[in-house]
Amino acid sequence: MSHIQDITKPEHLVYRKTPLLTDNIMHYCPGCTHGVVHKLVGEVIEELNIQDQAIGVSPVGCSVLAYNYLDIDWAQAAHGRAPAVATGISRLHPEKYVFTYQGDGDLASIGCAEIMHACSRGENIVVIFINNAIYGMTGGQMAPTTLLGQVTATTPYGRDPKLNGFPMKITELLAQLDGTCYVTRQSADTPGAVRKAKNAIKKAFQNTRLRKGTSFVEIVGTCNSGWKMTPVDANTWMRENMFPKYPLGDIKDI
Amino acid sequence: MAKFKGAIVVDNEKCKGCGLCVVACPTKVIELNPNVNGKGYHYAWMKNPDDCIGCASCGLVCPDSVISVYKMSVQS
Amino acid sequence: MKGNEVIAEAAIRCGCDGYFGYPITPQSEVMETLMLRKPWEETGMVVLQAESEVAAINMVYGAAACGKKVMTSSSSPGISLKQEGITYLAGAELPCLVVDVVRGGPGLGTIQPAQSDYFQATKGGGHGDYHLIVLAPASVQEMNDFVDLGFELAFKYRNPAMILSDGVIGQMMEKVELSPYKPRWTDEEIEKISGSWALRGKKNRKRNIVTSLELDSYGQEKFNLKLQAKYREIEAKEVRYEEIACEDADYVLVAYGSSARICQKTVKLAREQGIKLGLFRPITLYPFPTEAITKLAGRVKGMLSVEMSAGQMVYDVRLAVNGKVKVEHYGRLGGVIHAPEEVLEGFKSAFGL
Repeated sequence: MSHIQDITKPEHLVYRKTPLLTDNIMHYCPGCTHGVVHKLVGEVIEELNIQDQAIGVSPVGCSVLAYNYLDIDWAQAAHGRAPAVATGISRLHPEKYVFTYQGDGDLASIGCAEIMHACSRGENIVVIFINNAIYGMTGGQMAPTTLLGQVTATTPYGRDPKLNGFPMKITELLAQLDGTCYVTRQSADTPGAVRKAKNAIKKAFQNTRLRKGTSFVEIVGTCNSGWKMTPVDANTWMRENMFPKYPLGDIKDI
Repeated sequence: MAKFKGAIVVDNEKCKGCGLCVVACPTKVIELNPNVNGKGYHYAWMKNPDDCIGCASCGLVCPDSVISVYKMSVQS
Repeated sequence: MKGNEVIAEAAIRCGCDGYFGYPITPQSEVMETLMLRKPWEETGMVVLQAESEVAAINMVYGAAACGKKVMTSSSSPGISLKQEGITYLAGAELPCLVVDVVRGGPGLGTIQPAQSDYFQATKGGGHGDYHLIVLAPASVQEMNDFVDLGFELAFKYRNPAMILSDGVIGQMMEKVELSPYKPRWTDEEIEKISGSWALRGKKNRKRNIVTSLELDSYGQEKFNLKLQAKYREIEAKEVRYEEIACEDADYVLVAYGSSARICQKTVKLAREQGIKLGLFRPITLYPFPTEAITKLAGRVKGMLSVEMSAGQMVYDVRLAVNGKVKVEHYGRLGGVIHAPEEVLEGFKSAFGL
């Protein structure tokens, strides 16, 4: 039998926190998908060796403080305006890797115009879109992507299409625009899904290098606090309820 | 035939005890510790260290990047 | 040249890095001129038509966050839409230039010239305790000069600057002496001027973060006090104004922008009638020339604030005069431009002459 101390030697290290993440403890709730996706963006930036060329734009919402966790230059944008802010940065710094990191309320509701037109112009940026079907930061209200029947703070009897309209598949809409080169929907709930999501994010950043246009990566995630479930149950609920409405996979790749 | 032995090191104080690593572990090595850390979370730990194969599934799904994974080959 | 065209030309010549706009009357010539001039081929300046005023000002925010000299222009309803971005720019202490070619309101209002956005321009406009540095051109020449001056002040104080013009100056054609070309800042120059905060990619330094967020209220108070200290410095150092025929004046008209041009004629008409009338023209509306007006109040019998509005600057004049002499307002509204004779009649009736 080998002792644990024999195994945990530096030469045997196969997985560790990327140095692109700062030592700040994330403010996210236990089990929040944001933490996984922050890590993946950090790992991709590390692997592509572009820390000195990456500029992030954080949204309004739970991930507003993303700049505390990824050790790169950041701008914090007004609610929904991250794609416009990223446009300004990217147009003035065309050689940099500019990305936005936005939630569903920020991107699909208040920022619908900005994301549509940034994608339509084909801004040479990456968009990371976290869809957890709820407003997390403000306390669990209905988002454009909230499922029919889903209970939130503003749909206490469940989302009713007559009262609240229908869930929005913004990613499919954006895939219709000529400016997008890569549109994909991923999740981060299993080791396999995390690997796939990372590959998608990596491809998106590589597209920036190739100046191909807008790369859009949706990650279907959980908000266990907003959904009022344990993190493990939230993943199960997501697979059973979110995936049928928001199926995973590449929607566009040119 | 080469076999792999693994081990994980958890940053106990930064772990929030979400339990996602527990379900991700294919060999049921990890559980949440009955003890709590300074923030009151039951942190993840290797309940059954002998079964760890160093696959890093736990590290991949960890939202707080508190798990380091080690892996060494041993001769059977 | 037209005032609006001069704004575009002055932007190119002063080494502006980027313009982000959205069409709205009466200032659309700014972006039209830029698109026609194709400065990206000449100086490398970026020009982009955004999908909305909201997007345009946020593009300015992003580009300004890179330490670049960037600007936008619009007119009243569009400036209302930009207020969100403007308060974020002020809150993140980003320099930029916003040109407002004012038209009559409220609402969609009219496309005719007005000065009814003085409050919006000088008192912040968006939420929070902040100010823009506000320059009020009264000629096409000043439209040219204030582009460079606006950028200079914006970078000196890391604060958005505004040129508060109106449909008269924007559409008016006048002779103008254009500024000589200045090259755009190099990366090295930007690093020297704004390296401590501008986004260029983290290399051999701590990461730069451009944000207006501070959740800790004590931290936010500290930041607000820092902003206020900056405004006090601006108020002490950057006041600009012009006095015309004030030396021997019994009464003074206070007017800015196109209204000041009209009032120059009124002063002439009054003096022909033996009335010793002068004109005080604030050039910076923020910082407002409070001290100069206070001094003037000790020498005259009354002041008339003449604005193409229901009376907005008159409040600042009254604060400066502080009850020492009578201060009244005269002005036409909703896009109507007052004639010099009308102003003279208004003046006479206000002071019982």
